[in-house]
Amino acid sequence: MSKKILSVVLALVLCILSLFAVSCGNGKTGGDGTGEGTGAQQGGNKVKVGFIFLHDQNSTYDKNFMDAAEAACKAAGLSEDQYIFRVNVPEGNECKVAAEDLVDQGCNLIFADSFGHEEFILAVAKEHPEVQFCHATGTMAHTEKLANFHNAFASIYEGRYLAGVVAGMKLNEMIEDGTIKADEAKIGYVGAWPYAEVISGFTSFFLGARSVCASATMEVNFTSSWFDVNAERDMANALMDHGCKLISQHADSMGAPSACEERGVPNVSYNGSTLESCPNTFLVSSRIDWQPYFEYIIGAMKNGTAIDTDWTGTLKNGSVKLTELNTSAVAEGTAAKLEEVRTALENGSLHVFDTSKFTVGGQTLTEYMADVDTDAAFTPDTNVISDGYFHESEKRSAPYFDIIIDGITRLDQNG
Amino acid sequence: MKAKESKREPLFHIVRRDHMPTWNRMLIRVLAVLAALIFCGILMVAIFHIDPFRFYRSMLDGAFKTPRRRWYLLQSMSILLCISLAVTPAFKMRFWNIGAEGQTMVGGLATAAVMFYLGGKIPTPLLFVAMIAAAILSAMIWALIPAVFKARWNTNETLFTLMMNYVAIQLVTFCIGNWVKSGSGILAPMSKYGLPKFGPSDYFPNILTVAVLTVLMFVYLRYSKHGYEISVVGESENTARYIGINVKKVILRTMALSGALCGIAGLLLVGGTNYTVSTSIVDNQGFTAIMVSWLAKFNPIFMILTSFLVAFLQAGTKQVSTDFRINESISDIVTAILLFFIIGCEFFIQYKILFNHRQKGSEQA
Repeated sequence: MSKKILSVVLALVLCILSLFAVSCGNGKTGGDGTGEGTGAQQGGNKVKVGFIFLHDQNSTYDKNFMDAAEAACKAAGLSEDQYIFRVNVPEGNECKVAAEDLVDQGCNLIFADSFGHEEFILAVAKEHPEVQFCHATGTMAHTEKLANFHNAFASIYEGRYLAGVVAGMKLNEMIEDGTIKADEAKIGYVGAWPYAEVISGFTSFFLGARSVCASATMEVNFTSSWFDVNAERDMANALMDHGCKLISQHADSMGAPSACEERGVPNVSYNGSTLESCPNTFLVSSRIDWQPYFEYIIGAMKNGTAIDTDWTGTLKNGSVKLTELNTSAVAEGTAAKLEEVRTALENGSLHVFDTSKFTVGGQTLTEYMADVDTDAAFTPDTNVISDGYFHESEKRSAPYFDIIIDGITRLDQNG
Repeated sequence: MKAKESKREPLFHIVRRDHMPTWNRMLIRVLAVLAALIFCGILMVAIFHIDPFRFYRSMLDGAFKTPRRRWYLLQSMSILLCISLAVTPAFKMRFWNIGAEGQTMVGGLATAAVMFYLGGKIPTPLLFVAMIAAAILSAMIWALIPAVFKARWNTNETLFTLMMNYVAIQLVTFCIGNWVKSGSGILAPMSKYGLPKFGPSDYFPNILTVAVLTVLMFVYLRYSKHGYEISVVGESENTARYIGINVKKVILRTMALSGALCGIAGLLLVGGTNYTVSTSIVDNQGFTAIMVSWLAKFNPIFMILTSFLVAFLQAGTKQVSTDFRINESISDIVTAILLFFIIGCEFFIQYKILFNHRQKGSEQA
């Protein structure tokens, strides 16, 4: 009896095995011949886009890019085989491998989303002049001057400033209802690295908060990682222990927002809404909406027009956005105040980095040499203060405001 | 009926096998791999509703479709193989070194440090010598620290080497924080100080180096006195002492060798591939290597197969994730299923299942 069972089982296994062998054969022969650049030659348009992302949807940073890319490709009418997503591509040789592989698959437009991808993408761009390469957050396109290598960023400091206004209003509310005293209005900020992008972000956020809550101060610390859930959570907790009454962050995980939700401390998020997981403490989030940029580059490819070497998205062109306010958590009158500030920013009557609004070591800045043209020694090369304000993201798209202003304490240096 | 049931024996019992011909063992393992792949295919249909044939094809495409992918497969496999070779002598000695991740990282960091501080300041051939020496020595020291503690004070090497990994990661973060003045936390690649390239692919020098190391390691373990001593210490420390082997010396020497090989892996990763260092540069291969080495029964030649298998799975499942737009954790799932089957099949190699024939009634068998 058992022998019969055994033989039946064996026969079954053999059947499945032979099926597998057939499938292997199919895979190999099919894989070698077809599939080369099918998307590129399809229909009238000649766009096939390859996207390179540092992490996957679990990172708020990459999710923000991925959602925008998906939406832009759909809006541009690209079919499923006309765009490829490569996720979890580290900032090393793997990035070069991924980019070259996308070229092999017939992509003629390749985009990478992380700062550390830049040099690897640049190397591939030099080898493939026929393919356009776009890189977000990078700094080298305007000095490299390659026809097929482009940088992009957005004036996110405007969004951060608006988010800061929401934070300041919340602090005011807490002062008014007696939860905290005016001199306790301390904000905690979880930064990734002490890099200009982060410094520019927290400074504009702080200036926004202080524009409505004059007694606000801020403490900043850094996790030394762009994505580290535990480190971000621990740091948010440490800042709250240190007396911070409101937390914001520039790091890419849910670490800080979830720590705030656990302790009921208001949080201003980044990269997108965290309302779903933090319904009680989420106030608002600023983010860069990359969809306008993606639509712009895909459109340029379709029409055969040139892509800007260094593109800056703004509040006006829809690249800098605030998410919906969490109406159950924000202070009364926030929406109206936001509208007012937004209008002032858009019509140019208000500048985020107005030098009359902040001091450095007690002094008002009249000129500042920033490192706009990237070099190995990070030499300051361009004066970026004129007409009474710091011209952020105007000399190049990636931020270069890297000054610690009065009212902000860097805990990694002073605490 | 009831009376008969009470006499029932279990359907089968398990007996340890005396021996099994090698070809038979290999067949069982190959069957296990195939069964795992079939199981993955079924899973793909059930969970993601993917045509299983497209799934297999996607896996093959991901690894082999273009020459670039084939070379990259060899490259990934070589780095993994190099770290697997590194952990092997220590494991054979039953010294549970799970610090290959950190040792490789330190080797890579030392390479990067030499490139960062000396690049362009000393003649290129000298720079290469310094890079190689720094990588090997630093990783060797990193491996020797827990070995010294083990040999002298009998500390737990598993915990110690594990902790050393975290120290290595912090060290990399610290150095990057200090080296990169812009504060971006990203060390720009120093491509011009990279190790020389030759052969049909940029990866060829790496692949060649590891191929040579594999043969050397095989010979060392199989035919040298050191290799014999490692086996004896692994079998029984007391026996080793009895026949006059200096166990402490063997532990230290073997860990130094482990570290040196990790250093070479770090050198190849930083000096020969990425030209920069980051905390994710080893990408957990220090842990994957343990599996690769174990699956190959600590035999360097079999390790060529097992490292190939793992590298193939990684490349293949990445392609599956890209093609079908599903999360990359699919890669870990498939790898885990495969390991489960391979480790599970060892049971059938060690034991055989005997079905009990019931005494009662008409005997058919």
